[in-house]
Amino acid sequence: MAPRKTASVSSRKTAAKPVKKDFNGGTFADFSKDEDLNAYREMLLIRRFEEKAGQLYGMGFIGGFCHLYIGQEAVVVGMQMALKEGDQVITGYRDHGHMLACGMSARGVMAELTGRRGGLSKGKGGSMHMFSKEKHFYGGHGIVGAQVSLGTGLAFANRYRGNDNVSLTYFGDGAANQGQVYESFNMAALWKLPVIYIIENNRYAMGTSVSRASAQTDFSQRGASFNIPGYQVDGMDVRAVKAAADEAVEHCRTGKGPIILEMLTYRYRGHSMSDPAKYRSKDEVQKMRSEHDPIEQVRARLLERKWASEDELKQIDKDVRDVVADSADFAQSDPEPDASELYTDILI
Amino acid sequence: MARMTMIEAVRSAMDVSMGRDDHVVVFGEDVGYFGGVFRCTQGLQAKYGKTRCFDTPINESGILGTAIGMAAYGLKPCIEIQFADYMYPAYDQITQEAARIRYRSNGDFTCPIVVRMPTGGGIFGGQTHSQSPEALFTHVCGLKVIVPSNPYDAKGLLIAAIEDPDPVMFLEPKRLYNGPFDGHHEKPVTPWSKHDLGEVPDGHYTIPIGKAEVRRQGEAVTVVAYGTMVHVALAAAEETGIDAEVIDLRSLLPLDLDTIVQSVKKTGRCVVVHEATLTSGFGGEVVSLVQEHCFYNLEAPIVRVTGWDTPYPHAQEWDYFPGPARVGRALKEVMEG
Ligand SMILES: Cc1ncc(C[n+]2csc(CCOP(=O)(O)OP(=O)(O)O)c2C)c(N)n1
Ligand SMILES: [Mg+2]
Repeated sequence: MAPRKTASVSSRKTAAKPVKKDFNGGTFADFSKDEDLNAYREMLLIRRFEEKAGQLYGMGFIGGFCHLYIGQEAVVVGMQMALKEGDQVITGYRDHGHMLACGMSARGVMAELTGRRGGLSKGKGGSMHMFSKEKHFYGGHGIVGAQVSLGTGLAFANRYRGNDNVSLTYFGDGAANQGQVYESFNMAALWKLPVIYIIENNRYAMGTSVSRASAQTDFSQRGASFNIPGYQVDGMDVRAVKAAADEAVEHCRTGKGPIILEMLTYRYRGHSMSDPAKYRSKDEVQKMRSEHDPIEQVRARLLERKWASEDELKQIDKDVRDVVADSADFAQSDPEPDASELYTDILI
Repeated sequence: MARMTMIEAVRSAMDVSMGRDDHVVVFGEDVGYFGGVFRCTQGLQAKYGKTRCFDTPINESGILGTAIGMAAYGLKPCIEIQFADYMYPAYDQITQEAARIRYRSNGDFTCPIVVRMPTGGGIFGGQTHSQSPEALFTHVCGLKVIVPSNPYDAKGLLIAAIEDPDPVMFLEPKRLYNGPFDGHHEKPVTPWSKHDLGEVPDGHYTIPIGKAEVRRQGEAVTVVAYGTMVHVALAAAEETGIDAEVIDLRSLLPLDLDTIVQSVKKTGRCVVVHEATLTSGFGGEVVSLVQEHCFYNLEAPIVRVTGWDTPYPHAQEWDYFPGPARVGRALKEVMEG
């Protein structure tokens, strides 16, 4: 299949000057049938899961904060496709998608949202605070930017242990303005740490658009003064993400130090569950949904290439919905943690 | 007079202050265009323009440091940290710079800033959106620390804080924004419009920083509380029928020791209540002072009712929150002691 240009999303400008020009060549290969089917299923699982979480929130089963990942599915799914066992993932509070992509159970995530004992943090963490040692998922962090330094430390630990694992450190366009991000960049470059900084630029930090908060809105260039190469990637196209991930992972595994991938993406829903969304127009959202939807792109491809029939895709959707429905049932019937849990896991 | 929620009262305080003094500037994350996540600054940018009410990037340390510099050259920043839980990146600037610049410069430079921050739990915020960090401020000399419990006080105290020549940490109990909360989470929320202290003058007035207020006169036991716990303590007094005198500190630093001592000398018993965790909490300070000043008047050991020494859990909010039942038990305990 002919390589494609990394598309820019909508009207956004693409990277001006990548530090390292030959990266990805601005092109990427097409997916095989299996890859497309796999990506489709994975992204759909996140989408359906998040839709259900939104419903349960509306019904009062979930309280407090709940940040949905709808619209950004291609980012984690594409990145995850490039990983191998032992690579670490760490992110902020918009984390349900990352956990599902890491293979953490839908039941465990959903039950954490509803604050039940079967939740990944026994119900004590909630939407923003979940972890899995088994799946190398290091959280789930409610404090904006904090995970960036932790992810840098994970990369340090990889180097120290002499393995070739990579730390995938995700954060948002808003988080990119926290001071510790640049402290981390410097250390990572200084010590050549195997960390991929994935900046999920979904254009908004709560109600503040990128241009109202950032002097340099090309986030791929945020590491330039530390000589960290950075690239903008069409985060709505899972193939572009996977291709960028492959190269970035290779860069890290071969000891070349940190790298930045700015994912041009978009969140369809509000920041959290109560968001008047006055900061953007309905048209803007609608345009992204209809023209750039990450799942629709794969779906269209699968059908066009006759890699799957409508019925087969319906079946996938049904399988995914079953998983999600099961998680929702569990999350509503599982008991709350016992009061004695209040004092567990604080100190030994 | 108007009926205001605590949100409206806080907004009105900033509005009045900005109208009177063009050195007052208001900024923080999502504060300008969006009007603040709790809407406390809504309309201020439209009214006063983008140079006086504006958004910042998400960088609390930078927000604080910049405010301190502005203040050193005569501006009066009133900044918002979106949740008190986000102040930690700024804590260095607060403690090392804001609190020290007057001392360090022999009074040449001062730091007339106000740092507003929603505090406390009761809204299912979990670990990173429910903390009550006031003791981390009261432990630092060179800061003033205020926690209002109602709209009337919030406005008067906030104006006083903005006019104050020194740095003031202004912690707004977020569970009180829309109505008084006595800890009975299962009951519908009463709005401030149904409460006397929701009655707030439109214009300028101040409440002196460092003056407590007795919310309920009583003879049997003194309850020292602030913020949300004032309402919980009042409910506990009603429910137990114990004739408690409930003191609303309003200002933790400076502390109105006289009001506390006077009351404890009268009642001979004391319960100290806060939502923050127990160990090294502000209650420990109050207990020490009461002990020092009222030892010979005490009829029973002083009891503290506080959040548990655990992170604030997501699922067990009401096991964690020191509600009226727990305060009531403490009241009975000191009465029997
Ligand atoms: C230290 C800190 N400051 C502020 C916040 C409040 N907050 C939570 S999310 C958010 C916006 C972050 O936006 P971005 O990094 O772009 O991520 P997105 O929500 O778009 O995924 C803000 C300001 C926080 N959680 N922690
Ligand atoms: Mg964003």
